[in-house]
Order: sequence, then structure tokens, then C-alpha cells
Amino acid sequence: MKRRRLEEIFFKVLMIASLVIILAILASIIGVIAYKGAASLSLEMLVQTPKGGYYLGGKGGIANAIVGSLYLAIGATVLSLLFALPLAFALQREYVNRSIARFTRLTLDVLWGMPSIVYGAFGFVVMVYMGLNASLLGGIIALTLLMLPIMTRAMEEVISMIPLELKEVSYAVGATRIETTFAVVLRQALPGIATAVMLAFGRGIGDAASLLFTAGYTDYIPHSLFDPSASLPLAVFFQIGTPIPEVQNRAYASALVLLVIVLMVSLGARLLSSRFSRNILK
Amino acid sequence: MPHISLRDISVFYGRHQALKNISVDIPDGQITVIIGPSGCGKTTILKSINRLVDLNEEIRVAGQVLIDGADIYDPKADVFELRKKVGFLSQRPFPLPMSIYDNVAFGPRIHRMKGEQMLRRLFNLEKKIALGNFQLTDAEVSVRRKKNKELNILVEYCLRLAGLWNEVKDRLHSPASRLSIGQQQRLALARALAIEPEVILADEPTSALDPLSAQLIERQFQLLKKDYTIVVVTHILRQAKRIADYVIFLYLGELVEHGPASQFFTAPSDSRTRAYISGEIS
Amino acid sequence: MRWRRTRDLLTGKSMLLAVVAANLLTFLIAFGLYLKSRPILAQKSISHLLFSSSWHPLEGKFGFYPFIVGTIEVTVIAMVLAVPVCLLSAIYLAEYSRSRLREMLRLVIDVMAGIPSVIYGLFGVIVLVPLVRQLGQFMGETTTGYSLLTGGIILAIMVSPIIISVSTEVLRAVPLSARETALALGATKWETVKHAVVKSALHGIISAIVLGFARAFGETIAVLMVVGNVARVPHSLFEPAYPLPALIANNYGEMMSVPLYDSALMLAALILLVVVGGFSLVAHLVLLRVERR
Repeated sequence: MKRRRLEEIFFKVLMIASLVIILAILASIIGVIAYKGAASLSLEMLVQTPKGGYYLGGKGGIANAIVGSLYLAIGATVLSLLFALPLAFALQREYVNRSIARFTRLTLDVLWGMPSIVYGAFGFVVMVYMGLNASLLGGIIALTLLMLPIMTRAMEEVISMIPLELKEVSYAVGATRIETTFAVVLRQALPGIATAVMLAFGRGIGDAASLLFTAGYTDYIPHSLFDPSASLPLAVFFQIGTPIPEVQNRAYASALVLLVIVLMVSLGARLLSSRFSRNILK
Repeated sequence: MPHISLRDISVFYGRHQALKNISVDIPDGQITVIIGPSGCGKTTILKSINRLVDLNEEIRVAGQVLIDGADIYDPKADVFELRKKVGFLSQRPFPLPMSIYDNVAFGPRIHRMKGEQMLRRLFNLEKKIALGNFQLTDAEVSVRRKKNKELNILVEYCLRLAGLWNEVKDRLHSPASRLSIGQQQRLALARALAIEPEVILADEPTSALDPLSAQLIERQFQLLKKDYTIVVVTHILRQAKRIADYVIFLYLGELVEHGPASQFFTAPSDSRTRAYISGEIS
Repeated sequence: MRWRRTRDLLTGKSMLLAVVAANLLTFLIAFGLYLKSRPILAQKSISHLLFSSSWHPLEGKFGFYPFIVGTIEVTVIAMVLAVPVCLLSAIYLAEYSRSRLREMLRLVIDVMAGIPSVIYGLFGVIVLVPLVRQLGQFMGETTTGYSLLTGGIILAIMVSPIIISVSTEVLRAVPLSARETALALGATKWETVKHAVVKSALHGIISAIVLGFARAFGETIAVLMVVGNVARVPHSLFEPAYPLPALIANNYGEMMSVPLYDSALMLAALILLVVVGGFSLVAHLVLLRVERR
């Protein structure tokens, strides 16, 4: 019996140690980025674009990346939403039978796990086909492809939890499927839908690999969909390897800004979902 | 001609036959109560009258249900118009995720109704009793009509007919989910009445309610039966004895016996009926 | 009033169309990449491409072998490092912790899952690379710190959230009866977990690991920043490696100027799609089966 007890204690210690390791790593990641980034943050850093070339020019800031990322992520979010919402609705029992829905969910799950560089490569293929150069539009297309499965699947999770009895109430008065979907399903699932959008946004704004081929990089803030666009992840990626310390600082600052945005979106989505789920469903 | 006629109706859940060749006419202007032990197909029979069974892809229906002489299972039939003729109350009231006003107005809005028929009906009812000592002269009505939208009048009258108006008149636009369960069930009644049905179906409408609310619902049914055909499913024998004008007894999916209430409870012909009424089988 | 019925029929049809289109998307992506890979597939045999070690695009030599091996090695290292830690954490979360703690840690894991890969890469460059360099010196190997090991470590960190969260869910899904049976026979909590719970959840746990593997296999940016990017098969943990995703990411700039280079890179992307997609698919299918039970 003693041996069994010891074994239990031994493993318990290991388990707690594992958790502590993970927490410590997370803390150090956030800590290191915050430390290095904070040292480089300043108002100029946030509002100016790089002067003298983003790789070698020491002056200026990362406004090109911040604005670029926001354009890219917001553009892709809107475009994704346009396709994801109808698709998520379409997976309800009233519209498609169970096997089709299951198959589609499987497809979406597999697409969710696809490396983003594949989306970048495919985006590139599409761009070549359409005659596009590396641009804001190209980046938005690639990001949309990345975000679509995530947004759809997350929305669909929430939508499928709406009880049939509630929808029956609407059907019983003679509502059509689309009327029920808008009047009942959309309303009831709205917080979950908002969370799904934020989740996808967070994923999209942090992605670098899909943008490599498609969005290009530039010192300037894009003025049209066809201009190339800088982005925060690529700002880190391209500027960290430079020998010039001021440029490296820009990389650290970009990393911190990116981290802050992602954390805010992540936590915000969590808070939203817990706050609203009390309200609507019984 | 009776409003509702079931002709040889059978319902299959996959391989299991839930309803076996049921043929019966439901009399107009009376409260018909369907009784029988749980799981005997009572809910199924109700849901086959307004084709709510369509929502379940595993259900197959054979036979005919005639409403005003037309078979509702005819592939060319318009299901949405059908459901407008048949109001439905489920066992647990599910308020739609909107205000009290919008809940009642939901049906009329999607059907683009004008409320004319409702007003005409009210003049034929014994208004005083049905509307709870609330009476308007013709002149008052036309003044109201000019001042308010017809929808407002419709909502008010339906809430009065459901016995809920006095409790909610000051908060019509607050969320319906804040009502107590007894109020929610009466709201469901108002919602059903708002589409101006000819028939009201109720599936164990009081089983989730406290005795006071249950009594209110029963009373409203008594008042409404003059103008609507009401079909109530219940497993509470005493309730059946209280409110029934006509009784249908279902046992294990079969129609065992049916007849006027006076006859049914005093001199049932089938042994199973006798056993059920005396409490031997429940 | 028939128009409502017509509208309902139309809506039904368009919803079906949307679903079919969504399912075609995967095939569209694979097909697009395949089309772009055709030129190089026409010129070189698939076995030459996959198994030759010679990578000199300017001379028309496209042997993917070092990259494939590099990817596999870095992924395996990541799994070896991550799986024990993640499984132990998952078991603790599922079986031992109280629900408040579990919710908090869930939040932490979610946050970790959301951190962009470039940030992990940056962390790797700032902290891990010097660390590995020191470690190498300590063990008598000279290394710049940009190595297979560093890549493995950063990948291990990155796949931990998914392995932990899926494993925790799978463990929690094991029915109470399995635990009760073991406890009733006098087993300690740990023994119950070891013999009853984990055994029941084994399929799900393996799926979690496979999902982690798939994630690590395709991860691009973080690995690329720390792994050295030298196109040779590494012979020790401290030597640099060059995984397939990194290859694609590093060379997209030159690919248009060298003949067949773009086609080669698209082929690399296609290989990634097939491998990662395949593993993901199998893992999800198993998880579906587990859920059903």
C-alpha cells in the first residue's frame, strides 16, 4: 500500500510540475516580449512609418504595420463573415441532412488545422491567375481563406445548440425556414456569433505565413486595395534580423503591439461569451 | 363538416410505428381532449395535425389529415398557410428571444395580417366574458383603429383573450423571458391566437405550471371554445374530466375509443378505457 | 400567398449550394496547387524529388529529402518533448483540479493557443537560441543555437495548447461508471486514472497527439526563425535543419526568377496539404467515433 501511495504522490508532483512549466513558459513569453517591446514603445513609434527603408533606416516607427494589419484583418473578417454566416446557418437540420452536415463539419475541421502557408501558396496561385500583384487585396484573400473555416465552425457550434423546441415555436405559427433563422436563431446565437468573429479575427491578425506571398511588404500605408501592405507579424519577421538596433526595436515594438491586440481580442471574446450566455438561453 | 378529420393516419419513427391507422373526426366548437398514458403517441398526433412532424427527418406519415376538406399532406399543400390555421401550444412555453409585444406580433408580421378578421370575430364573441369585462362600443373601436396601428389592437386583444393583458400592459416591450412560466404559457396562447387560427392545439399545456396558472389557462380555453376548435392533450385524468366536451383515448398508438365526454367517462365501452379511467393502468 | 412557399424552396436550395461549395473548397485548393506543380512533376520523377538530397535550384536540382527529413525530425522532437508534459497536465486538469482552477487554466491555454507564431519565434530568438548555444557548449558541441533542438523546443511549446485541450476534453468525457468501478475495487485515484480512465480515453488521446503532430508539421514562421535553415540532413540535435514549410517561406522571393522553382515550391505546399490534411482527417474521424460512444 505504501508503494502505491508513493506512486500516486510521485505522479501528482510530476503533473503539477508539468502545469507549472507550461505556465512559466507562457509567463516568460509575455514577459520577454513586454520587456523588450516596452523599451521601444513611444508615440513616434506608433504613428510614424519607417524612414529610410524598413530594414536599414533607423528613424520612424511602425504605423505602416499597424495600419496595414488592421486593414488586412478587418477586410478579411468582413469578407469571411459574408460567407461564414450563411454557411453556418445552412448546416442546421432544416436545411441539410445529418450526413452532409457531418461531412462538412469534418471538412471545416481539417481546413481549420491547415498550415497557413498553404493558404498563402494557394492565394498566390489565385493572384497569378487574376493578374494581381502582392497587395492588400491579395493579403485579404489569403486571410479570408484562413479565417473562413474557423469562423464558420465556431459559429456553427453555437447555432447547433439552439433547441429544436424553440424553433418549433416559430414554425408552429407558420414561419418559413429563413424567417425562423433570422428571427430566432440569429438573435439567440448572436453572442456566440460575435465571439466566433473575434476568435477568427485574433487568428488572422497574427498570421504571417499566409501574407508572405500575398500582401507583400512596404514602408508605406496602403492607399488602395492594390498597394502592397505591411503587417505586424511580418514587421517582426523582417526586422528582427537586421544589424541595426533601431530597426530591431521596431520589431520588438511590433511584437508587443501585436501581442496586446491579440490578448485583448482573446480575453474580450471570452468575457463576452460568459456574460451573454446567462442572458438568453433558459 | 368538421374542421379536422384524421383518415387512417399512421406515423413511423424509422421502423417503429408510433400511430396506428387512426381515423377520427374532431368536432367544431368544442374542447376535444386526447388522453392516454405517456409515450402513446398523443404529442405525435397533435404534431401531425400542424405538420410539425416534418421537422424531424426520421418521421414518415401515411394517411390523410383533412382540414376543411383538404388533405394537408398533399405535396402541393402550402405548409405555412396551414400552420396559420392551426395554433399550437407546447408543453413547456418557449418565449421567442424578443419583447412580449414582438412575441405576439411575430405571427401577424410574417403573414402580413391586418387584424380585420380578429376584430370581426370579437364582435361575434361574447366580448364581455372573453375579454374579461372589457367592452368597447363600435365607435370606440373605430377611434382606436384610426389612432393606433392595427397591429397594436391585435396584440392587445390577443393578450386579453389569453388573460395576460393586465399583467403586462405596462411592459409590452420588455423581454418575454422575464415572465414567469405561467405567464409565458399564456403568452404562448396569445401568440397562437394572433395568427387567427381556426383550431388551437395544446400539448399538455398546464403540466409545467403551478395550479393557479393552470386554472387560468383552463378558464381561457372554456371561453375560447365558442369560437375555436380546441384540442388538448393531457395525461391528467381530472383535467380531462373538467374541461372535455369530447374525448379521444389513445393507447400504445392505437385509437381505442372516442366519444362525447358525458358518455365517455360514465359508460366507456372498451375494457382498456375502463382500466385507464379507474386508474389501473396509467 | 404562394410566394412564401416558393421563397422557402429557393432558400433551401441555395443553402444546399453553399454547403456543397464549401466542401469543394478543399479540393479546389489541392487542385490549384497541383496544377502549379505540374511543370516540375512532368520533368522529374516523384521518387527523385522525394528522395534526392541535392537541392540546387539554379542548377535545376530539386531534391526534397533534406527538407522532408528535417520536418519529420523537428516534429518528432517536438512531440517527444511535448507529449509527456501535456498528458500529465491534461490528466491533472481533467481528474484532479477543482472546476475553478480548471476554468482559469482553460483560459490560460486558450490564450496560449491564440499567440501568433511570430511571437513564439521572437521568443525563440531572444531566449531559446542563446540557451541552446550554452547547452551545446556545456555538452561539448559548437553550435550557433539555431538548430534542430531549438526548433523542436519552440514547436513543443506551440502544440501544447491543442494537445492539452483535446486530451482534457476526451478524459472528461470518460463516463463516471468507469471510475466508479475501479474505485469500488479499492484502487487509489491515480490507479483509477492510470488503468481505467486513460485506457478508455486512449483513442481520443492519440488523436490529440496526432492533431498536435499535424500542427507541428505545418508550422512555419516560428520554426523558421530558430532552426537555422541549412539544406542538409542534420546529424545531431545541435545542427541546423530546414523544414519544408520554412523552405517555402524563405524562397518565395526568388521563385519567379528561377525556372521550375515556383513549381517546386507549390509542390512542397501540396505535400504539406496532403500530409497535414491526411493526419488531421484521421484524427478527427477517430474523435468523432469517440464522441459517438
